[in-house]
Amino acid sequence: MTVTDDRPAAEIGRDRRRKEDRRLITGSSRYTDNIVLPGMLHLGMVRSPFAHAKITSIDTSEAKAATNVVAVYTAADLDESAGVLINAWPITPDQKTPVHAVLPVDRVTFAGEIVAVVVARSAAAARDAVELVDVDYEELPAAIDLREAAQDKVLAHPDLGTNKSALWVFDSAEAGTGGNVEDAIAQARTDGVLIEREFRENRLIPAFMEPRSVVVDPTGEQLTMWSATQVPHIVRFALAATTGVPENKIRVVAPDVGGGFGGKLQVTPEEWLAWWIARQLHKPVKYTETRSESMMAGHHGRDQWQKLTLAATKEGKVTGLKVELTADLGSYVAIVGGGIPVLGAFMYNAIYKIPAYHFACQTVLTNKTWTDAYRGAGRPEATFAIERLMSELANELGMDPLELREKNWITHEEFPFTTVAGLEYDSGNYEAATAAAKEFFGYDELRAEQARRRESGDPVQLGIGVSTFTEMCGLAPSRVLGSLDYGAGGWEHASVRMLATGKVEVATGTSAHGQGHETAFSQIVADRLGVPFDDVEILHGDTQVSVKGLDTYGSRSLVVGGEAIVKAADKVIEKAKPVAAHLLEASVDDIEFAAGRFSVRGTDAGLSIQEVAGAVFTAHNLPDGMEPSIDAEATFDPVNFNYPHGTHLCAVEVDTETGQVTLRKYTCVDDVGNIVNPLIVEGQVHGGLAQGIAQALYEDAVFDEAGTLVSGSFVDYLVPSAADLISFDAHHASTPATTNTLGTKGVGEAGTIASTPAVVNAVLDAVRQFGVQDVVMPCSPARVYAAIAAARAGDTGSATEGAVR
Amino acid sequence: MIPAAFDYAAPASVEEALTLLAEHGDDAKIIAGGQSLLPVLRLRLNAPEFVIDLGKIDALRGVRDDGDAIVIGAMTTHSAVATDSLVAQHAALIGKAVRTVADAQVRNRGTFGGALAHADPAGDVGAPALALGAQFVIAGQGGSTRTVDAADFFVDLFETAIGEDELLTEVRIPKHTGWGAHYEKFVRIAQQWSIVAVAAAVQAEGGTISQARVALTNMGSTPLRATAVEQALQGGPATEDAIRAAVATVADGTNPPTDLNGDADYRKHLAEVLTRRAVLTAATG
Repeated sequence: MTVTDDRPAAEIGRDRRRKEDRRLITGSSRYTDNIVLPGMLHLGMVRSPFAHAKITSIDTSEAKAATNVVAVYTAADLDESAGVLINAWPITPDQKTPVHAVLPVDRVTFAGEIVAVVVARSAAAARDAVELVDVDYEELPAAIDLREAAQDKVLAHPDLGTNKSALWVFDSAEAGTGGNVEDAIAQARTDGVLIEREFRENRLIPAFMEPRSVVVDPTGEQLTMWSATQVPHIVRFALAATTGVPENKIRVVAPDVGGGFGGKLQVTPEEWLAWWIARQLHKPVKYTETRSESMMAGHHGRDQWQKLTLAATKEGKVTGLKVELTADLGSYVAIVGGGIPVLGAFMYNAIYKIPAYHFACQTVLTNKTWTDAYRGAGRPEATFAIERLMSELANELGMDPLELREKNWITHEEFPFTTVAGLEYDSGNYEAATAAAKEFFGYDELRAEQARRRESGDPVQLGIGVSTFTEMCGLAPSRVLGSLDYGAGGWEHASVRMLATGKVEVATGTSAHGQGHETAFSQIVADRLGVPFDDVEILHGDTQVSVKGLDTYGSRSLVVGGEAIVKAADKVIEKAKPVAAHLLEASVDDIEFAAGRFSVRGTDAGLSIQEVAGAVFTAHNLPDGMEPSIDAEATFDPVNFNYPHGTHLCAVEVDTETGQVTLRKYTCVDDVGNIVNPLIVEGQVHGGLAQGIAQALYEDAVFDEAGTLVSGSFVDYLVPSAADLISFDAHHASTPATTNTLGTKGVGEAGTIASTPAVVNAVLDAVRQFGVQDVVMPCSPARVYAAIAAARAGDTGSATEGAVR
Repeated sequence: MIPAAFDYAAPASVEEALTLLAEHGDDAKIIAGGQSLLPVLRLRLNAPEFVIDLGKIDALRGVRDDGDAIVIGAMTTHSAVATDSLVAQHAALIGKAVRTVADAQVRNRGTFGGALAHADPAGDVGAPALALGAQFVIAGQGGSTRTVDAADFFVDLFETAIGEDELLTEVRIPKHTGWGAHYEKFVRIAQQWSIVAVAAAVQAEGGTISQARVALTNMGSTPLRATAVEQALQGGPATEDAIRAAVATVADGTNPPTDLNGDADYRKHLAEVLTRRAVLTAATG
């Protein structure tokens, strides 16, 4: 392994503006919907208005007869080559997994499910003809409420006999990683403290800016699918596995993709229909969803109930944690839908030394939109639970919430540290991040102001919330994924090609959709090979170009994909050395490489890497028997996850007369290891914070009793904009990761994971004085006001979503 | 988001527009700035056969002084109203309210008259127009014109006194020169429709409220004038306690909606708090 300190750090650490932004913001981008092919047909989807219903008949005759309509398909028309939508992560061997057909044969299971497809010569004609398809339904009772569904009162899929999909359990006593949690609870019940709470993880809609879109071209030797996806390689694999088209005959391209946040980590009925129809008609087809379709049919995130028991001593030492989760899958088990809560299982213990831990998660099928990854995916839920609990415990004991955390967290001398969940944290310094955050935030001054406002009975009260988060990211060591029955590995691939003119082409298996990979990876390669930043081209998202890869999610691209690039670049240098030695008429042992130049030790003689590349291109004068190439590739499988952490402090003002919550100050000190591009990191943190704050205060996917998505447009699904947020006070501490060459840690999800509990803890800190114990997310003004009013009237309030909507 | 097919005309005069309206009757929809109609068409919640665009009728744009009133052309955009000096001087309440409408893009396209004619109870132009006793000038067939008082203009949810073959051409706002004004809007995110809002204009002299005008947004199927509160405020001191007492009954008899942002009782509570704040700010700056 190369020592990090002796590298010239010309590019890494620079605030490079993103090179991809020039095309993305000047209309030179190529999103899937921009792709127009000769003779291309357009699809329109007929979707069920009912959450659960029998399809009694579908009359397509009028639609088929409409002007410019080419075909109309229902389930009856499909054959095996249409494939099926797969669940790639059955979390238990006996998981109940309903078959997810591309079109349902006789029963719809959520409002928005496709029942028929119109193919027309224009998007407008397709949209018009959708209204001409006459579907008769016989409505069935729908399983909507998660906790009721868990009791099997109404079945989402009557043929399965239960809504309970899988029960996944981790127990530290059984695993040998800790004690028995029941003992800890019994002990705390007699002479300690028990915090028992039930928290609601509201359902969220990823709301990426570019709606999903797919184009399929069935001509040529490889059939091509362009898709607004995060996962072109996984889509290719799944098409091969389910549609009978051999993998070598499939090309999948994710062109410019406008955001995903996990919402485009999916294989979708829309993609599979486009794939099948293009092959049926031998014509290119396109489908681009509307925003309404995106919100009701693209997968959602979160949606859990968390029953939690935290045991501690009266001195504030945590002795045990028990987590009983109920997680809503929606009506199908999405590609990794069942595994999302399991990703959280290892994170409930967070940064703390917890001696005993028990986690059980029941996944439940309902007649709602399917759920899967959404920024953080399982880890925000875990972080919310533990960070809320730690603040509750501090309150119970009358301690400062930061002091209580310090009493329990892993100290920086204790790394590497094996947690009660069995993970080995490689590095971190919670003391340093927290001390810095307190200072930047003005913690003591804000506490003093809070006291003054309480004293004077100010109608606007101040609350201060804390979140000292960590996460496991950089998915993932393949062996660990195997032990969790995940259907793929977690490695990443890269190749580096030295072009004849000295320019460099790098292909990465990660698939950027707004992250800035082209810039950050160029910086890494520029440093590594000693070439100019602008001479490096990063290619991605096309299975013909990025021939191997596992795509982008779980804050993996830099820490896994970046490391693969480093390793490939190092191989290029190693391959080039004998060429340089040969041309310089020196021994390979005397060749040194630094800042893009091979030189003979102790002399002025040398050659640039570009000159070597040119010599290899002509191949006129190479060492005997040498393959004329210095190009290289590498596949990197991480040995461990990656553990960024940070201390987030949030101050809110609560207008006690209206319940309105206003952000006053938000300070965070994140330790994401070494930083390649501070500007990109800042952008990731800001966007992450916005999404985490949105869960706490604004966003909520609400279904009515019939299973209709009530918050189905941006009128009701409240996505905050810059106008609703404040200037974030974001800083960094750095303890380099020890498990990758660059010492980097993931940052894509950090802000989202950390911020939600910081905000809710702040809201409660403002209103707890009135007797409020909890406010269900999102903490809307109506809910906060109702909680204050109820507490003042003597009702302590409880974790119900309640009538106060 | 593709609307159903429709025919389209952009007449150059009010007369032409009225002729088209008479021709197409029920099947026609008028488009002003399109900020409400276009989403409705794109979501296919409505599918008119004919759309009449008023965008080319320049005579409907602008604000003028007309003695004891200012006159706002129906096609004047929100942003033009928000920055107009006559509005600022004589009808400050209107200017403050339109500045809260949605976002800058919507304010640049959306029109004052269009929003009033659309009559969404959560819209922000109805209550201030009602509070200031606006008069609505409506052109009918055969060159006829009639004027409707604000109290009679708002009929129900999305329903006004404008007849099927009529057009709103301008709105006369009696001058409230020197009055304090405030529009207190309550939302969760900036671009949201008002959950509740209160429009208040107050004439205060030497710490006493001589006259007050108060109207409520989204507390029923139309904007509501709070006349009892206006009377209770009149002649009283412009102090927080006095105003608190005077506005206590503002929500009596209202029938606000229940939705994801709160139930009717919460809105009634909000109306009281927001009215106090609006009046106090209008009275004391």
